Formats: sequence, C-alpha cells, structure tokens
Amino acid sequence: MEVFLQQLINGITLGSIYGLIAIGYTMVFGIIGMVNFAHGDVFMVSAFIAMITFLLIGALVGSVPVVIAIVLMLVVAMVLTSLWNWTIERVAYRPLRGSFRLAPLISAIGVSIFLSNFVQVTQGPRNKPVPGMLNDVIILVESPTYNVAISYKQIMIMVVTAILLAAFWYLVQKTSLGRAQRACEQDRKMASLLGIDVDRTISITFVMGAALAAVAGVMYMVYYGVVSFSDGFNPGVKAFTAAVLGGIGSLPGAVVGGLLIGLIEVFWSAYFTIDYKDVAAFSILAITLIFMPQGLLGKPEVEKV
Amino acid sequence: MTEPLLSIRGVKTYYGKIIALKGVDLDVNEGEIVTLIGANGAGKSTLMMTIFGSPRAREGKIVYQGSDISRMPTHEIARMRIAQSPEGRRIFPRMSVMENLQMGAAINDFAHMDEDLKRVFDLFPRLKERINQRGGTLSGGEQQMLAIARALMSRPKLLLLDEPSLGLAPLVVKLIFDAIRDLNRTEGLSVFLVEQNAFHALKLAHRGYVMVNGVITMSGSGKELLERPEVRAAYLEGGRH
Repeated sequence: MEVFLQQLINGITLGSIYGLIAIGYTMVFGIIGMVNFAHGDVFMVSAFIAMITFLLIGALVGSVPVVIAIVLMLVVAMVLTSLWNWTIERVAYRPLRGSFRLAPLISAIGVSIFLSNFVQVTQGPRNKPVPGMLNDVIILVESPTYNVAISYKQIMIMVVTAILLAAFWYLVQKTSLGRAQRACEQDRKMASLLGIDVDRTISITFVMGAALAAVAGVMYMVYYGVVSFSDGFNPGVKAFTAAVLGGIGSLPGAVVGGLLIGLIEVFWSAYFTIDYKDVAAFSILAITLIFMPQGLLGKPEVEKV
Repeated sequence: MTEPLLSIRGVKTYYGKIIALKGVDLDVNEGEIVTLIGANGAGKSTLMMTIFGSPRAREGKIVYQGSDISRMPTHEIARMRIAQSPEGRRIFPRMSVMENLQMGAAINDFAHMDEDLKRVFDLFPRLKERINQRGGTLSGGEQQMLAIARALMSRPKLLLLDEPSLGLAPLVVKLIFDAIRDLNRTEGLSVFLVEQNAFHALKLAHRGYVMVNGVITMSGSGKELLERPEVRAAYLEGGRH
C-alpha cells in the first residue's frame, strides 16, 4: 500500500510534465493538422535556457531564495522558448503551408535534428548536472519499512501544472482569442471570412504551446537535476504518445493521456521491471487505439451536411 | 450615377491551370439586392470566394467602396464590412450557437453585442431557443439561419449569400427569403445572392445576372430576366420536372 501511494505521487508528477508537453502537440495538430516533431526539442531547449538562467543568477546575483530563482527561470524560459517556437513556425512551417501534407512534417523532423545538434555543439554532449532545489520532503505515511513522502518539488510541479491548466482552459474556452483558435481548428477558411487573421492565430498557438513546454522544461530540470541535449527525444515521444492516447486535438485528452502515461511508466517500473517501462507505455497506446481509434477523449468526426 | 458599392471588372480566376471565371463584370449598388443564377459548376461560388480573395483573382479588379480589394488578404476584406454566408454554410460544428454568433461579432470587438443579438433573434427566433446547442447538431434550416445571423453580427454593408435555399424545406426557404427582403427594406442592406432557385431569387432581387461556364451571359432587372424565354427554359421550366 505504501509503495502504491508513493508511486502514485511519482506518477502524477511525471504525468504532469508529460501533460504540459502534450498540450503543445495536440494544439498544433488541432489547428494545422501537423505533428510538430520538433516540440520535444523545444522542450529540451527550454530546460537548457532554465539551466543557463540559473547559472547566470548564481554568477551575477549570488544566492537568491529558491522560489525567486524558479520564478525567474520560468519567466525567462517561457519568453525565450516562445520566441524560439515562433521563429521556427515562421521559418520552417509557414512557407510550407498549402504545400503537400508531408512537407511541414519533414521540415519538423529537420528542425528537431537541428535543435538537438545545435544544443549538443554549443553546450556539449555531456549531461549537465544542476544543483538540487526544493529537495525537502514531507513524510505523509510513516511505517517501519517504507515511508511515503512527497517532496517540495513534486508539490510545486503539481501545483504549477494545475494552475497553468486552469488558466489555459479558461483562455481557450472563454476568451475571444481562444474562440478564434478553436474556429481556426474547425474551419480555417471560414475563420478568415469572419476577419480572423489565421496566420497570426497559428503563430499564437505555437507560442502558447512553447510556453507550456517551457514550464515543463523547467520542471523537468528541477525534478531530475540534470539536462542533456538528447532530453528532447524521450519525453517528447512520450508526450506525443500521451496526446495520441488522449485523442489528438483534444486538450483534456492531452492532460489525461499525460497523466496515464506517467502513471503507467512509474507503476510498471515499480512493480515489474524498469527496462520495459517504455514497452508498457507504448503497448497501452497500441491497445487503446485498437479499440478507440480516436483516442480516449478524441471526437470522431461527425458532420452534418 | 453614383459609384457602385461593389464593382467587379474582368475578373479571371483559376484553379491551377483550369480557368473557372473567364472575365466577369458585375455591379452591386448600395441598397440593392442582386442575384446571380446559373447551373451547378458555372462558377457562382467561385465568384463569391474570389470577392474575398480566396482563391485570388488572377486578372481583373474588384473595387469595394472605392478601394481595390483584389489584392487584400481575406481577413482584411472581411474587416471592410462585407460578410458572407458561404456555400455549405460552414457553421463551426463544435461551437455553440452563441459562440458562432460571437465569432461573427469579433470584427467589431463585440461593441454592439446585445443589440445585434436581439436583432438576429428577432429575425430568427429559432436560434434563441438553440442558443447553447452545438452548431453541428442543428438542422439544415437552422444552420442556414445561423450562417446568415453570424454574417449579420459583423454589421455588414454588403451581405453575400451563397445558396441559402439549398436543401431546405419550402417554408424555411420562404422564411429566409422574407428575412432578406426585410433587412434590405428596413435597413437598406445591400445583398448579393447566389442561387440555383432562380424563380425565388429573381422575384426577390432588383437585378439579376445569369452565369454559364464562368461567363455572365445575361443581365437585367429581376422581372425582365424572369420573363426571358431563355431563362425560363434553362432555369425555370427545366427545373420543374
């Protein structure tokens, strides 16, 4: 029981990070029908930006309270990562809009390779350790054999994710910007007939996806205390899996999918063997898609003519 | 004579290498209902979309309120107070009726939202009953009402309607055509109506044009066209079988 509780906490933490990344995949797919394979690397770049910010704070200001350091990292990472993703969309995807469907996909793979190599060359191929932050734990259940604990950083990850998702949900469902995004997702041509600047709306979508990925990047760095140029791949693929599992194009689906993938991975590692945790996650995806091809919360295309 | 509200001159539109509009001239004056009739595939809807720059006219000029809009991006044309209820209605299926209407009002930054809502609900009371329902679950007639209402939410000076009667029951068609006539009489709204239902359209319109294979072949007042034997043979009696 104690083990189960502990793994539940760990799984939700990891799932939150996946969920934040998955939203970027699902939103971009929803609006332009393209899988942005570079999104995982955008996430990795944000983790590096956070690390550099952290080191800069240390070098320039000296020691600051951890909370302030994390807030600063979040702000800097969100701004710079958004800028990155905005530029990527401008340079690599927008010129290909209206071209054949595979073109932006191939371009995205190119951007992905570019980003991970760029970071490898400029930052070096080795893992970068980051000093631990918020490592204190609260012991929830004490037992002679196994203590169930939640660390401050896990609490922070869950709280920040919950706040962000709530804010994001409000933005998409209730504001006129969100409405314009949903309109572009459902019928781009009609949206432009109503005076919506579709290109601008797509850019904003990329920026929003990047901002969430940036938060995930900061969380990931704080959680694991290490970043590497290859970190874009694995979490990226997992988050993409989460988006597909939840039903690509669906925002709640991305969050549910992220949590599920996180939980499956953690529980599998705890109870079975850690070597097969990815197999477990991807198998669940395959099985789900066999019975629910549109994913857990995806909507089947029903249209009235 | 004053300058027309919308004037189309020598417009040619292509889909790839295939020419769809072979040099169209057409005018809509302020306060007028103008209809364009023609068979399937004549290029009527293409002309509607060409006015909005999507697809763009490869040759020719489209002037609206004195400014050339033929090179303007689609969303900026929409901001010039031209609204369209397009072919196939294009309701946002996963948005509520209210949200669809809000999309129409986005251009004015929702400045007269309540007033405009009241206006379209007076016109189509059915929409008020459906206000929280998703667009995709509405009946065809309701979707058509919503498409027109959404267009009206932007307070257009010129309303483009692409086949509002398509696939609708006669009573609903009458309701929609009555609404168009009302809007034109009471508010002086200019309407450019594309129709296959030539009889109703020509009766409603002040002037009409006939399009065949991307060319305007006839034009005149609605009454004149209704009486022309060629029009009767091709679009009226022919359609009664």
